[in-house]
Amino acid sequence: MSTLFLALAITAAQILLALAMVCAAFRILRGPRAQDRVLGMDALYIAGMLLLLTYGIQTGRTLFFEGALVIGLLGFAGTVALAKFLMRGEVIE
Amino acid sequence: MIQAPELPLWAAIAVGLFVLLGAGITLIGALGLLRLRNFYERIHPPTLGSTLGTGCILIASIICFSALHSRPMIHEVLIAIFVTLTTPITLMLLARAALYRDRSEGSTGVPQDLASVAALDDQSPGRDRP
Repeated sequence: MSTLFLALAITAAQILLALAMVCAAFRILRGPRAQDRVLGMDALYIAGMLLLLTYGIQTGRTLFFEGALVIGLLGFAGTVALAKFLMRGEVIE
Repeated sequence: MIQAPELPLWAAIAVGLFVLLGAGITLIGALGLLRLRNFYERIHPPTLGSTLGTGCILIASIICFSALHSRPMIHEVLIAIFVTLTTPITLMLLARAALYRDRSEGSTGVPQDLASVAALDDQSPGRDRP
């Protein structure tokens, strides 16, 4: 009974996170300017990281945690590089 | 694919509620990203997902793995610290880049520079912002 409730809750949470990723992807495709697209990418990787964490809870493996940590690290680096590019026109100066 | 780990009742209820809460808050943030009108309003809502949404799902993960392994597992705190440290950095960099682009184009609807507004109020045109 409690396992069924947990399974349904995790599946519902995964659907909600996938909808959040769809919203962020829509903002990436549609966004009127470049900074909107970068903001959509930021929201997209945060939602993807949370989706991976829910998979980790679902399967009970810690492998997904490491994947989520890598997504967080690389997403931060990517967003900072893109913001720097929008500001100056080059990433490393 | 519906499956879940075998947890005791209190842990199952806590994990389910925290996961649903975190996912719902993240979805609210993403809907705000979709609906608000200009960039300077849109930059606020995704932080719902990266603060409270991430916090709730990480608490759920900590409870789940602690109950599964029968000992405290707090390696998820790494992600919490990292996301909390990096979200303000990225969004402030992005907002400043957008502000620079909008001001250099001279477009309207840009938030005003508080230093130049204060200088106009003082009627001292010689003072420029640093």
